[in-house]
Amino acid sequence: MAGFLARRLLSYAVLVSVAASLAYLLAATALDPRSNYADRTPKPPPAVVDAQLTALNLNDKTPLLQRYATWAGGVLHGDFGKTVTGAPVNEDLKRRMGVTFRLVIVGLICGSLLGVLVGALAAVRQYGWFDRLTTGLSFLVLAVPVVVLANVLILVATWANENVFGRYVFLVSGEYSDGLTTGFLGHLVDRLQHLILPTISLSVGLIAVFSRYQRNMMLDVLDADFVRTARAKGLSRRRALTRHALRTALIPVVTYFAFTFGALLTGATFTEKIFGWHGLGEQLINSIFSNDVNTVAAISLLAAVAVLAASFASDLLHAALDPRVRA
Amino acid sequence: MTLSEEQLAEGFGAVSKVPSRTRVVARRFFASTQGRIGFAVLALMFLLAFAGPLISPWSYTDKDFTAFMQPPSTRHWFGTLQTGSDVFAVTLRGMQKSLVVGLLAALISTALAAVVGSFGGYFLGWTDRTLSWVTDLLLVLPAFLVLAILSPVFGPGQWALFVVMLALFLWMVTSKIVRGMAISVKQREFVQAARYMGVPPVRIIFRHVIPNLSSLLIVDATLNVSTAILTETSLSYFGFGIQPPDVSFGTLIADGSKTAVYAPWTFWFVAGLLVVTVLAVNLIGDALRDAFDPSSGRRR
Amino acid sequence: MKPVLEVSDLTVSFGDVHAVRGVSWSVRRGEVLGIVGESGSGKSVTSAAIMGLLPPGAKVTGSVRLHDTELIGAPERALNSFRGRSISMVFQDPLSALTPVYRVGDQIAEAVRVHQRVSKEAAQVKAVELLDLVGIPRPAERALAFPHEFSGGMRQRVVIAMAIANDPDVIICDEPTTALDVTIQAQVLDVLKLAQARTGAAIIMITHDLGVVAGFADRVMVMYAGRSVEVGAVDDIYYRMRMPYTVGLLGSVPRVDSGGRPLTPIEGNPPSPAALPPGCPFAPRCPMRIDACDDEEPPLFPVGDGHHAACIRWEEVRPHEPARQPPAPDRAPRSERTVLEVSGLVKDYPLVKGAVFKRRVGTVHAVAGVSFDVREGETLGLVGESGSGKTTTLTQILELTAPQEGAIVVLGHDAARLDRARRTAIRRDMQVVFQDPLAALDPRMTVYDILAEPLRTHGTREPGRRVAELLDLVGLHPSHAARHPQSFSGGQRQRIGIARALALEPRLLVLDEPVSALDVSIQAGVLNLLGSLRARLGLSYLFVAHDLAVVRHIADRVAVMYLGRIAEIGRVDAVYDAPAHPYTQALLSAIPVPDPVRERSRERILLEGDLPSPADPPSGCRFRTRCPKFRAELTPDERVLCVDVEPEVRAVADDHGAACHYAKSREVV
Repeated sequence: MAGFLARRLLSYAVLVSVAASLAYLLAATALDPRSNYADRTPKPPPAVVDAQLTALNLNDKTPLLQRYATWAGGVLHGDFGKTVTGAPVNEDLKRRMGVTFRLVIVGLICGSLLGVLVGALAAVRQYGWFDRLTTGLSFLVLAVPVVVLANVLILVATWANENVFGRYVFLVSGEYSDGLTTGFLGHLVDRLQHLILPTISLSVGLIAVFSRYQRNMMLDVLDADFVRTARAKGLSRRRALTRHALRTALIPVVTYFAFTFGALLTGATFTEKIFGWHGLGEQLINSIFSNDVNTVAAISLLAAVAVLAASFASDLLHAALDPRVRA
Repeated sequence: MTLSEEQLAEGFGAVSKVPSRTRVVARRFFASTQGRIGFAVLALMFLLAFAGPLISPWSYTDKDFTAFMQPPSTRHWFGTLQTGSDVFAVTLRGMQKSLVVGLLAALISTALAAVVGSFGGYFLGWTDRTLSWVTDLLLVLPAFLVLAILSPVFGPGQWALFVVMLALFLWMVTSKIVRGMAISVKQREFVQAARYMGVPPVRIIFRHVIPNLSSLLIVDATLNVSTAILTETSLSYFGFGIQPPDVSFGTLIADGSKTAVYAPWTFWFVAGLLVVTVLAVNLIGDALRDAFDPSSGRRR
Repeated sequence: MKPVLEVSDLTVSFGDVHAVRGVSWSVRRGEVLGIVGESGSGKSVTSAAIMGLLPPGAKVTGSVRLHDTELIGAPERALNSFRGRSISMVFQDPLSALTPVYRVGDQIAEAVRVHQRVSKEAAQVKAVELLDLVGIPRPAERALAFPHEFSGGMRQRVVIAMAIANDPDVIICDEPTTALDVTIQAQVLDVLKLAQARTGAAIIMITHDLGVVAGFADRVMVMYAGRSVEVGAVDDIYYRMRMPYTVGLLGSVPRVDSGGRPLTPIEGNPPSPAALPPGCPFAPRCPMRIDACDDEEPPLFPVGDGHHAACIRWEEVRPHEPARQPPAPDRAPRSERTVLEVSGLVKDYPLVKGAVFKRRVGTVHAVAGVSFDVREGETLGLVGESGSGKTTTLTQILELTAPQEGAIVVLGHDAARLDRARRTAIRRDMQVVFQDPLAALDPRMTVYDILAEPLRTHGTREPGRRVAELLDLVGLHPSHAARHPQSFSGGQRQRIGIARALALEPRLLVLDEPVSALDVSIQAGVLNLLGSLRARLGLSYLFVAHDLAVVRHIADRVAVMYLGRIAEIGRVDAVYDAPAHPYTQALLSAIPVPDPVRERSRERILLEGDLPSPADPPSGCRFRTRCPKFRAELTPDERVLCVDVEPEVRAVADDHGAACHYAKSREVV
């Protein structure tokens, strides 16, 4: 078991380092930090620009492999280099990680739990009104990209704030209001007001995906022999479904979780950017515009780690739910 | 590979007609309400995108300097933008691009998934390990990220390159499913029979394995169309996809969302058309899945 | 005595498909009713209807009375309280009948607690008792295991334990042993008898196997096309049947106790329940059909005491006269020319555990030194239960690559020393027919393309003429070439599979369970075809099967495998009539014969427990852990040899060898 885990972690480490290196090389080739200086007035002399870029390890006159070696050496020591403005990448990302983490976790929990619940209910009453309604809604939701959904949410919330509530119930920008003096409870409410729309924007898609998948998995096991055995024992339909069918149908859904995680990260990126949350996703988009190679590479590495961690977590969860794979 | 008409006439005399599989699937597809709706709506969208400009009084390059940011009217059906462009004409132009990008990217990525997945699943061993590793690597790097990094490379007018790149990041999950199914198809006795008959492996893959996964692949290609359109939209929204002067759903939505509060027509028409298009594609995909899989029929 | 369960005029329909069309029967306490029929006869739908577990959309009419309560149309609550308490059920596939994520003890305890107000602990204690009762060793420990940790036979015991948990009045067994090996089937039938003795329940035994019913049932009902066509006491059905279908069924079953008897297949296929012929549904296949048969569906005529048959000519129906056993022909000496020679074949697989956290935990010794040969024009039957290594042996031969150890020589060429061109050439001469004819034919190709594929692969440009010839050879019409395999019946599909194998005029045909997926009435036709093809084309067969009766019917020689080795090998008559290895003896004695009188008088040699894991075979003789001889007859001194030395196959007679240190012939069938 230990040997197996070690091999697995090693292969993860290889994947992460290759992915991050690839991201760095791509970013270093495609992005052009030198252009940042072009628009400055007064235009700095080329020698100064060169010196600054070299200090940041961003000088395109240095051979690519040499820049890569410098970067990789730093990363191995836990140093992701400097941003284009000269600030350490580590500091910036450390602050932003918490923001993204909060958003993703809340979205994930809401999305998967509600999705599984909705899917299971829909399957139990197949063709009932609930099934039809949720099927229709999930089709609709799956057709709306996050960028549209988020904007629609903002439009609707703005309208509702003005016309329904008459005050700001939904806050559409940032994580919290600055300069609040309402004490702990007030802060909490303020954070919730900010959290609500981004969470909806992130988890509605997940709910749709998970509910479709859970519904189909449920329907697959509804006809299974073991559910028939449970019924033949004298269990009522409801008990046979919840105790035997739902429990078993959860297993494939858990493995599905790993597949959706990458998409979730992308969704979080859009959500952050549109709702003005200062998380990793927003920074990624900003840093591409600002030709910030080191930040881009660092965020890619974190994303790779997150995807693999999710896949590992889903395997652990799979093993916890299914005695057959535990053995 | 099918029996030619002459051979039929020579060797076999009268042959009772058996409904072909394509026809059976088509019949089942059009028997379902959602299949019909999806097909009709998508056909309508195509018609609108490609025939619409013919009836529009304005072309997407025209600017009406008498009307900036005007609401819909008989003169400008969908209103106008800040620049005086006709929203109807520009939206249709964007829709053309998005539809073409979506279709092409889906086709390329599904073909790639079919080949990579089935080779990995059929040969196993080193072939599989290498292909799986590449697949995993691309999964670990979120597609959005790489496409965004590469966006400076897609200059104006280079949308074809963008399509290829988009396709390169859509195939992995399908390929994993194809691989799993190829492993099980390889165990199927008709593939074993072909092996023991001496049919070369590559020919077995293209003649027996991939055709037997065609239902999955067709459904997946359909669903990839919607994924590609959505991804294109998101990327273009942030300026990482289609570059001006080309327009697409994404660039239009990005511009429209800024003015949506006071000029709803700049946002809602294009957003609505996008949602309706993707919805239609998804409905088709779902109905196709049912049409291919006889056991799922009673589920619907 | 009043019947405990009485079914009258039960009909079940799914839309326009009438699966069950008016069936009536009753069982009394302690009685066993056998319901026999082929696939599509409606026998399983009947049981689901009684339990009230039909899928939604099924329409049920008629009456099912349990004691004095009507079950059809009863409220769901009432049905829930009957299910598992008064009527319980044992299903066909034990592998999928248990919920994979719960411990078996908990699943049995759940069955107890649904109907009895007992504490969790008491229910657990009861579950362990039940496991003990159905013969699970170390029941307290095994109650904590998950279903996947049990073998198929053990799982079926668990299902039986669950079924008798509440002392039911009726146990419905739907093909309870079909998925199991014969020695395990014998064990499970034994457990069922024990369960019946304990509970005094009536048993409804639904099966396609006429042998199982012969020894187990008191009364038998034969179903065909959703109707009961003959019902009566077991002896009446087997010796004094009055329905041509029953005659046909019994005539088409290969029997382990008599070889050489030609089988009489029933012509045609069972009708589809959606398109029944007018009049008697069996008429289109009936050798005694007259015009009046098509007028109306015959009712059940009383033809004897408690014996009914649905045939207007029942008075003329006579049991099938077994053709006089031809005096055993002097066996021609074996041909000198060897087409296949396997010597000392070994194949190991890594044993991998865990699906998510995959790791290698050992080695499965699937084949551990197997030697045999097939001579020209000869059929060797390779038989064994699951886990015996027969399929691995077969794939090793078909791969035509160097084996891990030992040698495979096909048509004079050593498989280890083949180049690509030679290998392709040998593939021409050695062809294979698979078990499941539907799986073996690419569903996307027409029959023409399927048959043309081997021809094209080996360079025939114009396969048209040959395809027509092949179809004719296997008894199909050339016009069938344009159809897809799905539009054929099971027997026809297998004929297509055989035609494909014959396309390149091979010399050796490897047959992997070619008839086990077919109904008995169809199986006989395919077996007869194989027999005549061998004679006409001078083929040699390697016939792999688990059904010893089929092998006795078709093979000249037989090799019995156990846990990766050959236990006994020799001429069919010698091995079947005087088996020398204790395993062969047990195996043969476990096979039920469709002959109630013989079944009642036969003595079964029951093997204990399951097959040991091929990853960890016992030392010395592999069979000793289950060997009745080792356990009961040998002295401790004699046993030492069994424990220490692995026996090789040694001749016990001319062309008859057994791998037992103490081989002694004994008649068991």
